[in-house]
Amino acid sequence: MKQLMQGNTAAARGLYEAGCCVASSYPGTPSTEITEEIAKYDEVYSEWAPNEKVAMEAAFGASLAGKRSFCGMKHVGLNVAADPLFTVSYTGVNAGMVICVADDAGMHSSQNEQDSRHYAKAAKLPMLEPSDSQEALEFFRRAYDISEEYDCPVIVKMCTRIAHSQSLVETGARKAIPARPYEKNIAKYVMMPGNAIRRHPIVEERMRRLQDFAETSDINRIDSGTDTSVGIITSSTCYQYVKEALGNTYPVLKLGMIWPMPDAKIRGFSGTVGRLVIVEELDGFIEEHCRELGLKCEGKSLFGYLGELSQNVIAEKLGRPVPSGLRLDESVKIPARPPMMCAGCPHRGLFFTLNQAKCTVLGDIGCYTLGAVAPLSAMEMTLCMGASVSALHGFSKAGGKNVVAVIGDSTFMHSGMTGLANIAYNQSKGVVIILDNSITGMTGHQQNPTTGLNIKGDPAGKINLESLCRAMGFKRVRVVDPYNLKECADAVKEELAADEPSVIISRRPCALLKYVKHNPPLSVDTSTCVGCKACMKIGCPALSMKDGKAHVDATLCVGCGVCKQRCRFGAFRGGE
Amino acid sequence: MTTKNIMIVGVGGQGSVLASKLLGHLLTAQGYDVKVSEVHGMSQRGGSVVTYVRYGDKVYSPVIDKGQADFIVSFEILEAARWIGYLAPNGQIVTSTQQIDPMPVLTGAMSYPDNLLEEIRKSGAKVDALDCLKLAEEAGSSKAVNLVLLGRLSHYFTDISPEAWQESITACVPAKFLELNRRAFDLGKNA
Repeated sequence: MKQLMQGNTAAARGLYEAGCCVASSYPGTPSTEITEEIAKYDEVYSEWAPNEKVAMEAAFGASLAGKRSFCGMKHVGLNVAADPLFTVSYTGVNAGMVICVADDAGMHSSQNEQDSRHYAKAAKLPMLEPSDSQEALEFFRRAYDISEEYDCPVIVKMCTRIAHSQSLVETGARKAIPARPYEKNIAKYVMMPGNAIRRHPIVEERMRRLQDFAETSDINRIDSGTDTSVGIITSSTCYQYVKEALGNTYPVLKLGMIWPMPDAKIRGFSGTVGRLVIVEELDGFIEEHCRELGLKCEGKSLFGYLGELSQNVIAEKLGRPVPSGLRLDESVKIPARPPMMCAGCPHRGLFFTLNQAKCTVLGDIGCYTLGAVAPLSAMEMTLCMGASVSALHGFSKAGGKNVVAVIGDSTFMHSGMTGLANIAYNQSKGVVIILDNSITGMTGHQQNPTTGLNIKGDPAGKINLESLCRAMGFKRVRVVDPYNLKECADAVKEELAADEPSVIISRRPCALLKYVKHNPPLSVDTSTCVGCKACMKIGCPALSMKDGKAHVDATLCVGCGVCKQRCRFGAFRGGE
Repeated sequence: MTTKNIMIVGVGGQGSVLASKLLGHLLTAQGYDVKVSEVHGMSQRGGSVVTYVRYGDKVYSPVIDKGQADFIVSFEILEAARWIGYLAPNGQIVTSTQQIDPMPVLTGAMSYPDNLLEEIRKSGAKVDALDCLKLAEEAGSSKAVNLVLLGRLSHYFTDISPEAWQESITACVPAKFLELNRRAFDLGKNA
C-alpha cells in the first residue's frame, strides 16, 4: 500500500533499499531528516559529523573501503564540502557514493539562496533532481547504480518543497549488495599532479558517457501536450507547478538528470514546439545551457531569479487567468510575526547582557541569530558557520575594540575551532562567547561532539569545551549561566577589559529539550507592577502588557526568571 | 474530482504538524492522492507558520497559491487574517479565537488590530470562530487545540465518516494522550 511520506524520508528509504551501509552528514535545513530517518535503519551505520567536509570525506572513505555510502547537507554545507567534492570527481569511487544537497529557494531557513546546480557542472559530476517523494526514493536508489557504473559520486539535489512535502510512495525491499574489496590503486586515489593529470581526461570521457546516458535514460522524459505552440523544459518542484498550472496543454520536457544535460533530446524537443519556455527557480541553469546550444528560449525574463515559483506565477506569466484571493480593508494593518527566541531560551539572558554592554557582537548561524531581532538587537554580523570567531580576529587586528563573537556549541565544533586557533596563534584581543545549549538547536535537536551522545542517542565521545580552549592556549576561560543576568554582565565586562583573548562559555541546555525540567510559570502582582516595561526589554514571547501592567502567559512561561531579575519593584511571583 | 485545498496556519509550536499529519492520514485512507507541505527550521521558532494539505484524484503542486484555499484552519486570529489572500472566494475559515501578540506588538511598534474577526468577515470570508484554547483545557491540555480545531473542521467533511476520523486519531496520536485528544476532538465537533 502507498504511504504518505516526506521527501526526505523517501530519500532515506531509497538509500536503505539501495543497500547504503554508511551515512555521515551534518544537519542543515532542509536536508536534516534524511540522515535522521536513515538512523532508524539498523542495517546502515549513520552519524552526525562535525561538518559537511568531514562528512563527505568519511563517506568517501567508506566507499573506498567497499561499502555504499552517503552524505547529506544543505546548499551552504556543500560550500564547506566543496574541497573534497572537486577532487573525488577525479578519484572516482569504489562502492557507490551518493551526495545529497538541499537548496532553500525562498530562504525559509537559510542565509542565502544559492543554486547548487552549478556545483555539478563545476565539479563535473552527475546530478539528479527528483520532483516528488516517489522520485526521491527512486532517484536515490538509482544514483548508486550510476555511481558504480560511471565511477563517480552522484549528487541528488533536493529543495525545500521536495524535502519537506509529503506525497504517496510505494516502497520496496533492501537490496543485498556485497562489499567491493578495497584494492590499493595509487594512480587512482593519490591526487598529486602526476596522477591527477592522468585522471582529468577520464573525468571528461566519463561526462561524455554520462551525456549518452542522459539522452537515452527514462529519467529525462517528455509529457506530450495538446498545444505545441509552447513547449516547456523544467525539473524538480517546478515540474509540479507547471502541471498544476497548465495540465496537459503544452508538451513538457522533464529533466530528472539536471547535469549533464541531454543536448540532442533538448534540441529535438525544441524543434517540435513553437515558443520554448524554461521554468526553473533561482538561476537560469537550464536556460543558459539551451542558449549555448543556440536555442531561442525564455525563462528568467519571465520568472526572475528570486525566491520560489508557484502555479499562479507560471499561469500568470504565460497569460492564464489566476484566482484572486479575499482582501481585508486597507485600514487593517497586519503586524509581521517574525521568528523569535522561545520562552525560556537560554540565549535570551546572554543577548540581553550584550545589548546592555553596548559592545559590537559578531554573530553566527543558529537559533541565536535571532539575537539580531528587536528588542535585543544584539548582533551586527552573520555570514556563515564559524565566521563570528574568524571575523572577530580580523576586526580586532584592524583596530576594532569592545567586540565579542557569539557562536553555538555545534557551530563551534563545525567551523569555530579553526578560527579560535587563529586567535590563539596570531594573538588578537576579543571575547569569544560559546553559547552552549548542549544540542544543535535550529535544525531540531541533533547531537554533536560536545553532547556526549550519538545520532541514535547512545553514549558517545564528548569533547570538553573548556579543556579544548585551554589546550589552544587560552588562559581566560570561564563558564556562566545565562539565566543569571548579573553573572553574565560581570563576565562580559571583565573579559572585555582583559588584555588578552578570552572565552566565555554560556552554558544551559535548550529549553525545548525533553529532559530539561522547568520551574512553574511566573505571575505578576499587578498591585506592585508600575508598568515600567523594564521586563519587556528582554523580548520574551510569554510577556506582554495588559492594561498597563506586565502579564505572563502561563502556557508559554517556563519559569526561567530572567524577567524577574529585571524588575526593580519585585512584581514577579514564583520562578523558584 | 478537482483538487481540494486546506491551509493550516498558526504560530510555530502550536501543534500544526500533528494536525497536518492527521489530515494526511485521513485523506490517504479515503483513497485520495494527497500532498502535504510544511516548512521546518527557523520559522518554527515562534514565527508565522503555514502547512498546505491538498487532495483529489491527482495532485501536482505541493503548495496552495493565492485564492485557492477551500479551508483555512487557523490557530490564531491574526494568522487567519494574514493568509486571507489565499482563501478562495467561497472558502471557509475555521479559527480559534486565541490572540498571540507578535514581537512588533510586544515591543509596542504596532498594535494588534481591533475587531479582527469582524474585519475578516467583512472581506466576504465565511468564518467559524471558536474558543479552542478553552475547550482544549477542558479536554485536559492547552496543547490539544489542534484536535479541537480538527473536530470543528470535521463538520464540513460530510462525506468522511466519524469512524474514519477516529481511526486517524488513533493512528497519529501517541497512545498515552489518545483519550485526551479524543475528548478535544469531540468538544470541537460538538461545540
